[in-house]
Amino acid sequence: MGLEEETGGSAKDVPPTEQELSAEFDTTLQKYLRGEGADLEALKDKKLKGQLTVREKLYGNSAKAAAKFEKWLMPSEGGYLEAEGIEKTWRIKQDQITREVDILSSRNQYDIVLKDLGPYTLDFTPSGRYMATAGRKGHVAIVDMKSMELIREMQVKETVRDIVFLHNETFFAVAQKKYPYIYNRDGIELHCLKDVTTGEMIGNFRTGLGRTETMQVNPFNGVIAVGHSGGTVSMWKPTSAAPLVKMLCHHGPISALAFHPNGQLMATCGREKKIKIWDLRKFEVVQTIPGHHAKTLDFSQKGLLAAGTGSYAQVLGDFSGSQNYSRYMGHSIAKGYQIGKVSFRPYEDVLVMGHSMGWSSILIPGSGEPNFDTWVANPFETSKQRREKEIHTLLDKLPPETIMLDPSKIGTVRPYKKREKPTKEEMEAEKEAAVEAVKDIALKKKTKGRNKTSKRVMKRKVLIDKAKKPFIEKEMQEAGKLAGKRKLGEETELPASLKRFVRKKAAV
Amino acid sequence: MKVKVISRSTDEFTRERSQDLQRVFRNFDPKLRPQEKAVEYVRALNAAKLEKIFARPFIGAMDGHIDAISCMAKNPNFLKGIFSGSMDGDIRLWDIASRKTVCQFPGHQGAVRGLTASTDGSTLISCGTDCTVRIWSVPVAATLESDHASNKPIEANAVYVGKNAYWAVDHQWGGDLFATTGARVEIWNHNRSQPVNTFEWGTDTVISVRFNPGEPNLLATSASDRSIALYDLRMSTPARKLIMQTRTNSIAWNPMEPLNFTTANEDCSCYSYDARKLDEAKCVHKDHVSAVQEIYNLVYPYFSMDIDYSPTGREFVTGSYDRTVRIFPYNGGHSREIYHTKRMQRVFCVKFSSDASYIISGSDDTNLRLWKAKASEQMGVLLPREQKKHEYQEAVKNRYKHLPEVKRIVRHRHLPRPIYKAKELRRMVIDAEKKKEERRKAHSTPGSIVTESVRKRRIIREVE
Repeated sequence: MGLEEETGGSAKDVPPTEQELSAEFDTTLQKYLRGEGADLEALKDKKLKGQLTVREKLYGNSAKAAAKFEKWLMPSEGGYLEAEGIEKTWRIKQDQITREVDILSSRNQYDIVLKDLGPYTLDFTPSGRYMATAGRKGHVAIVDMKSMELIREMQVKETVRDIVFLHNETFFAVAQKKYPYIYNRDGIELHCLKDVTTGEMIGNFRTGLGRTETMQVNPFNGVIAVGHSGGTVSMWKPTSAAPLVKMLCHHGPISALAFHPNGQLMATCGREKKIKIWDLRKFEVVQTIPGHHAKTLDFSQKGLLAAGTGSYAQVLGDFSGSQNYSRYMGHSIAKGYQIGKVSFRPYEDVLVMGHSMGWSSILIPGSGEPNFDTWVANPFETSKQRREKEIHTLLDKLPPETIMLDPSKIGTVRPYKKREKPTKEEMEAEKEAAVEAVKDIALKKKTKGRNKTSKRVMKRKVLIDKAKKPFIEKEMQEAGKLAGKRKLGEETELPASLKRFVRKKAAV
Repeated sequence: MKVKVISRSTDEFTRERSQDLQRVFRNFDPKLRPQEKAVEYVRALNAAKLEKIFARPFIGAMDGHIDAISCMAKNPNFLKGIFSGSMDGDIRLWDIASRKTVCQFPGHQGAVRGLTASTDGSTLISCGTDCTVRIWSVPVAATLESDHASNKPIEANAVYVGKNAYWAVDHQWGGDLFATTGARVEIWNHNRSQPVNTFEWGTDTVISVRFNPGEPNLLATSASDRSIALYDLRMSTPARKLIMQTRTNSIAWNPMEPLNFTTANEDCSCYSYDARKLDEAKCVHKDHVSAVQEIYNLVYPYFSMDIDYSPTGREFVTGSYDRTVRIFPYNGGHSREIYHTKRMQRVFCVKFSSDASYIISGSDDTNLRLWKAKASEQMGVLLPREQKKHEYQEAVKNRYKHLPEVKRIVRHRHLPRPIYKAKELRRMVIDAEKKKEERRKAHSTPGSIVTESVRKRRIIREVE
């Protein structure tokens, strides 16, 4: 033991070589450069070229400054857990960790048992300071995690299925039996989202893909992914009636869904006891982890994946950087308690599990982002700062059109394409758009007994057919052309008996 | 086992006393900021809208003259003052801050055609249609006490009488010579009553003159025979002449790039040239419309455009017969800003103030008007935080100004109806001509029809 410690110590003491340092610096620099620079050689406009060269230089300088800041000036360092000798990290228990760690952090490891009010689900504010929990039987509570103080507790007297915070801790929404309700921090009911015509509803879509049990927002681009009972995951943006992407992920229903904060990875778990990790740029499976029937999944800020099954929560980590998740830690709560939801606490190395008898919090070193940005999410926010931030968030509120699969496309220039024939998909899209436009037209209501339902339906059908007509004609034209082309080809393939009747070219 | 967990102690991250500032921690990692481009786009949109809300460029009018203002001069030593001369011979010194006349210089019998101040700011030189050049000494005490506001008349130091009416005057930068133009270009010294030197090239009247700020012996003049001539005082012969298709009304040298000058031409555009290479214009600035196109060959050619550069050398202001004042970037073909008022009639002269923040325009309706150079700028002392915010808004707006929604707001200007109609008409005419030209080209042998570049089109020839 002692010898090993010594060698371990000396290996740590050797300073990293210059090459390693510069390689590390380069990777952070790449991160801050946010993609490739513009290709300036292809430009012919000298004035524009000059202006862009200056800009690119400026970007390079600011990326360097940011990389240097990250290297030298960040106040906190991340957590870690290293096993020594033959120890494995996934066998280390929570009480072992709590013994090694300081008092303040050890207070983050606890179990709260509330037997009567049903399985608990929970949500955190983006700063990680406040937690909203709701028990199935109507118990709603807001807790300040820093001081472990109960801010507000109430009983809504209906079944509660889910709870989320809105933009900050002053508002939260509860999915009650029939409708979602919005409450104030003091527990005052503000809205009941019952009537679909009032308020600003942006979209109401039928998926047509079957029962959905899971729904998650991709934090990178704001699209909503919904998991269906057929094993498909569909992704939606608020302004389109059709889903952006439909992926067939599992053979059985999707039981859990989670997004990595960088927006490139998605973890899904199906009833057939497999967790699949997907690359969202290529929509391909990166890794399949068998043997887990997870009811809930969650990614931490640093990319650790927590899966909750029954009364066992497993944390998987990607340590080699090659998107290969392996076991990192595990924790089993009291037997018989079923984990309903796992959620990593932002900016802390804590995992909170809501289960059928309350909730438990455990320490997972290395899961949280150690350095927060005051103007993004501040765990030490004063009320003045909160008010200012609320105003700034309102000013920066994104219109629903800006939500798209690739958010970096905003502000880019579409390359000039020569007017080609529209592809089949484009034509279909145009047709759909025309049909939608026609459906919105309000028909005049006739009086004196002429307002029969059958006639109205007929009229609407006629309008839709009229809208579709030009597209169908075009399609027929295309089909006719193709048929024409095919006919020419067929002429040359006559059966042998008829070949004597074909006019031959005069042989010279 | 080696364990470390994130633990933040409250005293490290919060302030100790309520008198302290709140602590701010930064992490510039892009992954903490999802959808940053969408947020920036929204901010650019808001910045463009706010800029339009705060765009109030007109500050005030300086009232006092009783006839149209024909020329203005800046005092290089005194930021707050400006001289103006009118068509009835009245010259006044104004205090821009209080917008009042400090003192008057009566004496001219006819219209005052040119005004200029010497480099040390103590002498004012004026010339007019009554064939006289008058030299005045600017009262220093009066310039310091701006709230004196007495219209004390001042006697001229010297009156030099010439043979013909004078059209323009300009003082050498850093020297003690000044040039007047009329029938010919004459170089004077303050103390001599006769010109020290005379240049003559052609027989037409020379209508404007400007000394080069960087090269004190170089000057540019423009004449009614549609030419621009460059003279060097040391050589005692004219150096170069450039003949264009239309007359140049006014010239201004770029103070930061003294080899470049911009000319205001009668065909409603401004041409920027490099003095070393006059066969091609560096840039053509085209946005003015001639609101009254039929009055093209006027008897009184002083219904013209005036041009002045900003001390930063990055933009210049023009005032024109179409009742508008426009600000152009030094290398851009179109104006970035247009100022107009119902009450402002034909603009005869414009000046950029020496701190690059204000524009003064003198017009036909006997008023001098004071405008902001940047219409939505907040004047006065700004806190560093305010300044940073303004800079950020400007930068984010410039980054997204090519997107349609933002572009629509940024480009939007209200134009007076005659100018709007004239612009549309002009656009139609230009488009039609262009289309015709393209068709001619397409239907003739390739290479037989050569389009001349815009920068060369208006130049007839260069003469040594």
